[in-house]
Amino acid sequence: MLSKIKYLSTIATLHIGEIGYISEESLDFIPLKLLEMGCLPGAEVVLIQLAPLKDPLYICVNGSHLAIRKETAAKIRILKANS
Amino acid sequence: MSKNDIKVALIGNPNTGKTSLFNQLTGLSQKVGNYPGVTVDKKEGTSKLSATQNAIITDLPGTYSINPTSIDESIVLKTLLKKNIKESPDVILVLADVENLKRNLLLFSQIKDLEIPTVLAINMVDQMHRKGISIDLSLLKKELNTEVILISARKNEGIKEVKEAIIRCHVAAKASPLCGVNHKIDPDYFNTLKEISPNYSLYELWLMVTQNNFPGTVTKVEKEKLLAFKQDVSKLKKYQHKETIYRYQEINKILKKTYIVDKTKATDLRGKLDKIFTHRIFGYVIFSFILLIIFQSIFDLASVPMDFIDATFAQLSDFAKSNLPNGVLTDLLTEGIISGVGGVIIFIPQIAILFLFIAILEETGYMSRVVFLMDKIMRRFGMNGKSVIPLISGTACAIPAIMATRTIASWKERLITILVTPFTTCSARLPVYAILIALIIPDKKILGFLNLQGLVLLSLYALGFASAIIAAYILHKTLKVESKSFFVVEMPNYKLPSIKNVFFDVVEKTKAFVFGAGKIILALSIVLWFLASNGGAAYENAETVILENVDNQNLNEREVQQKIASLKLENSFIGILGKSIEPVIRPLGYDWKIGIALITSFAAREVFVGTLATIYSVEADDEDTSTIKQKMASEINPDTGKKRFNFPVGMSLMVFYAFAMQCMATFAIVKRETKTWKWPLIQLFGMALLAYVASFLTYQILS
Repeated sequence: MLSKIKYLSTIATLHIGEIGYISEESLDFIPLKLLEMGCLPGAEVVLIQLAPLKDPLYICVNGSHLAIRKETAAKIRILKANS
Repeated sequence: MSKNDIKVALIGNPNTGKTSLFNQLTGLSQKVGNYPGVTVDKKEGTSKLSATQNAIITDLPGTYSINPTSIDESIVLKTLLKKNIKESPDVILVLADVENLKRNLLLFSQIKDLEIPTVLAINMVDQMHRKGISIDLSLLKKELNTEVILISARKNEGIKEVKEAIIRCHVAAKASPLCGVNHKIDPDYFNTLKEISPNYSLYELWLMVTQNNFPGTVTKVEKEKLLAFKQDVSKLKKYQHKETIYRYQEINKILKKTYIVDKTKATDLRGKLDKIFTHRIFGYVIFSFILLIIFQSIFDLASVPMDFIDATFAQLSDFAKSNLPNGVLTDLLTEGIISGVGGVIIFIPQIAILFLFIAILEETGYMSRVVFLMDKIMRRFGMNGKSVIPLISGTACAIPAIMATRTIASWKERLITILVTPFTTCSARLPVYAILIALIIPDKKILGFLNLQGLVLLSLYALGFASAIIAAYILHKTLKVESKSFFVVEMPNYKLPSIKNVFFDVVEKTKAFVFGAGKIILALSIVLWFLASNGGAAYENAETVILENVDNQNLNEREVQQKIASLKLENSFIGILGKSIEPVIRPLGYDWKIGIALITSFAAREVFVGTLATIYSVEADDEDTSTIKQKMASEINPDTGKKRFNFPVGMSLMVFYAFAMQCMATFAIVKRETKTWKWPLIQLFGMALLAYVASFLTYQILS
């Protein structure tokens, strides 16, 4: 898994169906509430659906299905697998 | 409630089936009250645990964590931090959903660390097999050091075991923390914190510091020491983050040993449904279609029971009139109370049908998809995806709609939603629109199939929504309200709605309307009745004046009575009020009689029709719209010699009712929800000003 990981990005840049892993250094930027809902460093994030104008985002992280706004998604850094 | 009853607090994440479990445990014994000092409803019910033991179950609002982000959630913290006092729970029943067990256990771990006896119920276990989940129950019990029960609340499985576990847990009455979390983050820091007081667990002290919530039992010295910890905010925040991660690490360790998911067995129905329901085009098409069905049903299904209620109350009033002795009390009963109660009951069918639909949409999980679809659009107007629900509910009644804003975490977005919801066309405006449209809009078809009257009504609905949106935009740009905007919505799994849950929900919301708005409408009806049936000397002499002049006119008995009633009304307190505002409303095209109706309809808008009926001395037992309509149609404006209710006046009145708040019950509920006089007053005067200006322009341009 780790060998495939190529580059840093944020949740806001994911395409529908694409997978990323929340990076450790995001910790301070993740709102406590999201953290509590399972949005933890190291967790797998999948983008399920985008509303028009790419906002909000419908993601599945750590088994939780959540809708978050783009501004929040743009703060959470992820490691993307090389596609 | 007896002293021996066990006090149980039911806690869980949203969408775990908490309502189902609460309904199974308490059945029809539940009632809704209020938490002291806050507006959140408190749902309580009695449950028979065994032949000798009862429990009082409190259903706390769904939350993902003890750390609150909305008013609803703050109740959970407040309830749990109150220890060893009368209202504090003896046992906590935590409900978790088997599919999201990991996330659900976070809340469980926080509660366990409060050292209150806790039972964990894992719900929806009937779906475990289908989802490929297996649990090592005995090991899980040991690892979590608590009673764990597998249940299916909808199928009523495992409820008996939950009850038994509550009794066992209460008897044992010992509780130990799960994680003991804080020491490992910074031992020195947390040891100092722990030394502040031996009366609280470390986690309780930590919560007091992070949430700035101090129970009354904390001494002044203790509080000062605790407040000192609050000074380093960044450290607090960092440690809260660390605490959450540590909890998840501990939970993961436990679940690794006890919880296995075979992903190959999982079906992806949810994914398929989401592709359609949240689609950027089809999603909106489906939502519009659902709205269309809802509004269609409200009109079609509600009209039969509404006509029935209308007729029943008219008969009841007649019956009381003809069977009770004449007098003030009989008048109060027939004209004040019965018509007041009838004015409340008449709205129940529409409100119940609308809430039936909303309850079904929420139960199925569809409403979260609507929130997702609408968030960006609503945000442009300073609102939130969650504002859609109040705005739709507002088409029935603003009271429950405004209460539905409580889930919106951002204060500014919630406030704007509260302030603009009364613009949506509620059911009380309908009777007013209906009679005015019938008066001034010809009943003909345009383009061969579109009914002109229906089209006007539809445009009034559109006007309501449009003004709500525009007002929201203006407020968004002008309001300077400090508020953290944070938005996260869980998208729950789709499921079939439970009839029981939907039924309880509809009953509860309808009750909120009847007892919230109803009380005020009834009280105002009585006040207005008093003002209309009392007056000064001119009022008392009305009968004599008419009778003295009656001889030289050829009038029958009925016409004489009508003349007396008219003169009485003109000289009653309310008539005097109507006359005194006449100069103000004349530019809108209204006379003092319409002025009276404007004043009385402050109780509820539909009172407008009834008042005009009284003013134009339609006999009280003949409350048929066509008669009122005929009377209104034949009313002449003495200044012009033409019809009073001509096109400009009718349009001006409809515009007035579209914009003016004209509802004391809404005023009261906004006062309650915003906890100030400021916002309801701004809303009342703002909307009145808008209504005045808009009606003025309408009348002046059209005439």
